[in-house]
Amino acid sequence: METYYNPEDLAKFGTIGEESPAPAEKFFDYYGTVFAEGALTAREKSLIALAVAHTVQCPYCIDSYTNDCLNKGVSAEQMMEAVHVAAAIRGGATLVHGVQMKNIVKKLEL
Amino acid sequence: MSQALQDLKQLNNIPEFEERITEEEIKYTAPALDVMQMNVGRLCNLTCKHCHVEAGPSRTEIMDRRVMEACLAVCKEQGIRTIDITGGAPEMNPDFEWLVEEAVKICSHVIVRTNLVILGEEKYRHLPKFYAKHKIEVVCSLPYYQAKEMDRVRGNGTFEQAIEVLRKLNALGYGKEEDMVLNMVYNPAGAFFPPAQNAMEKEYKSRLWEDFGIVFNNLFTITNNPMGRFEAFLKRSGNLESYMKKLSDAFNGATLPGLMCRFQVSVGYDGKLYDCDFNQAADLPVMGGAAIFDMQGKSFEKRRICFANHCYGCTAGQGSSCGGATE
Repeated sequence: METYYNPEDLAKFGTIGEESPAPAEKFFDYYGTVFAEGALTAREKSLIALAVAHTVQCPYCIDSYTNDCLNKGVSAEQMMEAVHVAAAIRGGATLVHGVQMKNIVKKLEL
Repeated sequence: MSQALQDLKQLNNIPEFEERITEEEIKYTAPALDVMQMNVGRLCNLTCKHCHVEAGPSRTEIMDRRVMEACLAVCKEQGIRTIDITGGAPEMNPDFEWLVEEAVKICSHVIVRTNLVILGEEKYRHLPKFYAKHKIEVVCSLPYYQAKEMDRVRGNGTFEQAIEVLRKLNALGYGKEEDMVLNMVYNPAGAFFPPAQNAMEKEYKSRLWEDFGIVFNNLFTITNNPMGRFEAFLKRSGNLESYMKKLSDAFNGATLPGLMCRFQVSVGYDGKLYDCDFNQAADLPVMGGAAIFDMQGKSFEKRRICFANHCYGCTAGQGSSCGGATE
C-alpha cells in the first residue's frame, strides 16, 4: 500500500456491503433518500455535503461533492462560501469553548 | 474519420456508441424532418473556450446565397416546420438578414442562435428590433448568471454586454409576450455535466430577475460535446479519458428516441449535409456525403444516421440537444 487514500477507491464504496450486506443496504437506501430533492433542493443538499466534507476532511467526499456541485451548476465562488461556513463553525466551536476556559480560570484565580 | 473521432475511438474502457443502440429503428431518422439547422458560417466576434466549431473572428467559412436558396427551397418542398440558424455568430453572415426575411415567408418557426454580445456592436444594434418585427425565436447562450464565470469562457466584459442586450430584448417584449420567445442556453464551463434542466432554469430565472430584472422563457442545458475547442481543452488538461468515461457511464437509453439527429438535417456553410452540428465539427457528413442541392426536387427519404463516440454527449443523464434535455 503506497498511500492510505487512492482516488480509485472511491468507486469501490459499494463493496463495503460485501461482508455485511444488510446494514450497508440500509445505509445506501438512506443515503439516496437523504439526497433526493425535498424541502431542500438537490443543489442545496450538495452544497451542505461539500461543507460537511471539509469539516470531516474526507478526501473522497470532497472529490465527490466538488464534482457533484459542478454538475449542479454551482460556481467555485459559491462552493468556497460554503467551505467558509464550515470553517466559521469549526473556528467558532473552538473559540466558544474559550468561555469554559475563562470560567475555570475565574473560579481558580485569586 | 477525423483525428478527433479517431482519438475518441482509441480511448480505453469506452464501448462503441453504436453498440449501445439495440433498436435498429433508432439508427434512422424519423419519416419526416421537423428541423433544418443551417450553420451559416464559422465567423464569430467571440472565441469561446468551449466552442465545438472553433468559431472566431479569423474564420472565413461563410454560407453564400446559393446555398441559402437551396435550403429554403428544400424547406418549402418538404414542409419543414422549423429553420434553426446558427454559426459562428450568424448575424455576421452578409446575407443573414435576407435569409431571415425569406425564411419567415415559408416557415412559421424561425430560430436564431445568438451569443448576445454581437447585438451590442454598432453594426448589429438594429437586429433586436429586426428579430422582434419578424417574431424570431431568439436562443441566446449565457454560460452563467454571474460575470466571473461567463467572462472566463467568453472573454472579459462579455457578461456585462450580454446583460445590456438582454435588457433591450426584454424591452422589446422578448421573454414577456406570447409570440416573443427568448430561450437561453447553459453549457458547463468545464469537464463536468449540466445540472437538471428544470432546477437550473429556476436558479437562472431567480438570479437574473433579482440581480438584473431580466426575464426569459426557457433554459436549455446542453452537455459539452467533446469536439473542437472543448476537445482540445479536455486533451490539454488530461480530462479527455475521464470525461468520456463519465459520459459513457451516464449513458441513458431512454434518451435515444428523442435524439435531435432523428428529426433534423444540419447544413454546413458549403451546403454539405450532416446529421447534426456536432457531426459538422467532427467532419462526419451524412451517409453517402450528400449536399443540400441533392435534396432539391426530391421527396424525403429516411436516412441512416452516422454515429461515433462523441454521440455520448447527447445521451448522458437527462440527454442533450440544441433544444436542451431530451428526457
